[in-house]
Amino acid sequence: MTTTAPALRPRRRGGIHRGEAASGWLFTAPMLVLLGLFLVVPVLMALWVSVSDWNGNGSPFASGVSFVGTDNYRAILAGGGLAEQDFGTALRNNAWYVVLVVPLQTALSLYLAVLVNRRMLRGRGFFRTAFYFPSVTSSVAITVLWLFLFSASGAVNQVLSWFGVHGPNWFSDPSGIIHDALEPLGVEQGPAALTQHGFLGVSWWDWVGGPSVAMTAFILMAIFTTSGTFMLVFLAALQNLSSEVTEAAMVDGANGWQRFWRITLPQLRPTLFTVLTLGLIGGWQIFDQIYTGTQGGPAKTTLSPAYLSYQTAFTNQQWGQGAAIAFVLFVIIVAFTLLQRWVLRERGVPRRKRFGPVAPGPATPGATPVTPATAPEVTR
Amino acid sequence: MQRSTSRWLGGCAIAATAALALSACGSGSGFSSGDDTTGGSTGGATSTANLTSSDSPLTVMIGSSGDAETTAVKKAVADWSASSGTKASVVAATDLNQQLAQGFAAKKPADVFYLSTDALAGYASNGSLLPYGDLLQNKADFYPSLVSSFTYQGQLYCAPKDFSTLQLVIRDDDWKAAGLTDADYPKTWDDLESVAKKLTTGKTVGLSTNGEYARIGSFMVQAGGNLMNDDSTQATADSDANVQALTFVKKLLDEGVYKYAKEGLGEGDGGQALGSGKAAMTIEGNWVTGELKNDFPDVKYTVVPLPSGPAGQGTLQFSNCWGIAKDSPNQAAALKLVEQLTSTDDQLAFSKAFGVMPSIQSAADAWKQDNPALVPFLDAAAYAKGVPTAKGAADVVADFNSQLTNLAKSDPKTILDSVQKNLEALGQ
Repeated sequence: MTTTAPALRPRRRGGIHRGEAASGWLFTAPMLVLLGLFLVVPVLMALWVSVSDWNGNGSPFASGVSFVGTDNYRAILAGGGLAEQDFGTALRNNAWYVVLVVPLQTALSLYLAVLVNRRMLRGRGFFRTAFYFPSVTSSVAITVLWLFLFSASGAVNQVLSWFGVHGPNWFSDPSGIIHDALEPLGVEQGPAALTQHGFLGVSWWDWVGGPSVAMTAFILMAIFTTSGTFMLVFLAALQNLSSEVTEAAMVDGANGWQRFWRITLPQLRPTLFTVLTLGLIGGWQIFDQIYTGTQGGPAKTTLSPAYLSYQTAFTNQQWGQGAAIAFVLFVIIVAFTLLQRWVLRERGVPRRKRFGPVAPGPATPGATPVTPATAPEVTR
Repeated sequence: MQRSTSRWLGGCAIAATAALALSACGSGSGFSSGDDTTGGSTGGATSTANLTSSDSPLTVMIGSSGDAETTAVKKAVADWSASSGTKASVVAATDLNQQLAQGFAAKKPADVFYLSTDALAGYASNGSLLPYGDLLQNKADFYPSLVSSFTYQGQLYCAPKDFSTLQLVIRDDDWKAAGLTDADYPKTWDDLESVAKKLTTGKTVGLSTNGEYARIGSFMVQAGGNLMNDDSTQATADSDANVQALTFVKKLLDEGVYKYAKEGLGEGDGGQALGSGKAAMTIEGNWVTGELKNDFPDVKYTVVPLPSGPAGQGTLQFSNCWGIAKDSPNQAAALKLVEQLTSTDDQLAFSKAFGVMPSIQSAADAWKQDNPALVPFLDAAAYAKGVPTAKGAADVVADFNSQLTNLAKSDPKTILDSVQKNLEALGQ
């Protein structure tokens, strides 16, 4: 795009390329203005609100609004009161949601993509559409459908009853699934070390309690709806892979399992990064399911930071705290994305050096120097 | 890669600077308009002469329970509009809190709107509301307990729109099947416990409500307690009366004669539990009649007063009021509209349309004649208590509710102590 123009500048100054930078900026100006107006300004305004005592009446920049420093952040992170406890609860709920949703949806979407990518499969078009279908349906509609499916006498519990399982009262059950699993083993109260101490107003025993049964239903829903989207992303990447590498591996005698883990998956690393990042961001931002479905109940176990931020600001008129929650959430998402980027970083170069001179033997297909189709997907 | 990142950041910095300049301009205009209004009317409205008046049409924003309510309010407002000559339109909000907040932040709020007891303190304290209560011509006619629910720091902010109370609703078939008669309607907690036991069978539980303060709180009032005092100025959550009430509720839960509608029976609320036959008694408000009529038209039921607790009769009441925005350009007309909407005629019409009870005492007799079976609900106005209205109390109640879900496994005193701590934190 136009960004390549400035990169060329140092080499060829003047001539027909003169003024390229100016036109570059000119062409990008409309987008910069739009982004500034609808992204940067609101973000900065919210940042100001998060350190102010704005009460929701009139402009946040009016004369009566004053700077209160980190008061709002302190209330949610170290206030010792209800605000901190609610924020801790919301983080706990959402952390479990992310921990379960992100790996599962990534694995499932990759599995589906590999499945519908097979040339032998009949009716591939049908399956691709069918798997993608939940993704195009509005999340509000799916949430309503889910509320029906998972109601006490709903379809899911009916099916479970065929197998003699008495299904839980999904969206009304606040008990954590790990606590539930421990109960038959005679563990009803956690050890004092866990129940007496905690973080953000929530005891460690509650932190490790797992998502509530209600949240589990939302977790299943997220996996169901988003797998289709990510399947599409993986599918596009799979079709981009050259078949020669795979064929070479076949000649080397690698079986299907080895080919997937050692040939296909390493080549998909950029895509994997995209999918994990999008999943992570989406996971930490759950709002519409909660808003339409449970409003944080039962017993606050489906409260998410995004919904808490909305509720704190719009319902309780604590605008500063609401904005502060949003920014803490932002920091969490950025931190996790950076962490993930570091984990999935390219480590190809030294290996290639080693591989070059020693290469001849047909031995290890795992050491294949795979860094081909990197850039396009990652940089978007 | 490195270089392109730094360039990107550079571009971002430029955009941010431009944005700051823009927002500075924006804040300039916000600044001046904010200044005008706060300077104009600080002390609230003490006489009608201080009210703003203009030709601007009025906007009425309501959080409607359904088509019946929207239609009734639209008709009432249109009638007023025709007789007064001031144009007025009704907006049924999909999310009242959010849409109100948006209006206040933009300094262009709806002129007249529904306001809940939860939201009153927040909007009153940030100067969004016109405290017009003292200017109402029919002020003395409103029930005193409703007036105190909408009084914030000594000022009545808005006219109570209507109200609801909780009473005991009994399913007639189950009552007869258990061999009970009219003489057995429970008068005391012991009575309630014994009839609940008799009514509990294999597929029916004696009593069921949602496990929340807005139902269980009625026992607290019967014991002489409540979460806060009547003015919502002092937390009283950890009182012995409240402990006694929750201990009684816990006992009923333990005995299996009382179950929460959602967690225990998988129903939406007590009304549905009663209608579907999973519960023989429930504690619900007068809205339950509409619910039963729509969803379970064949179910016969009787409404009786809740039993007396250690401190006598008691129940909870709920209400909304008609808020008027301080930023309304036509406060005088808005006040006239509210006076009309709270008049006997309009309130009785609303009552017919969507089953609420009039907030003024002079309409009581007419309402009782129209609704003989529901008289206990209106009679409760004499002894009902409101829910806490202190700023932030809604959060504490939500937390209390989440703890009540686990009441069967928890200690009432511990729960109430934590509620007390949270309520006390509000005052600081």
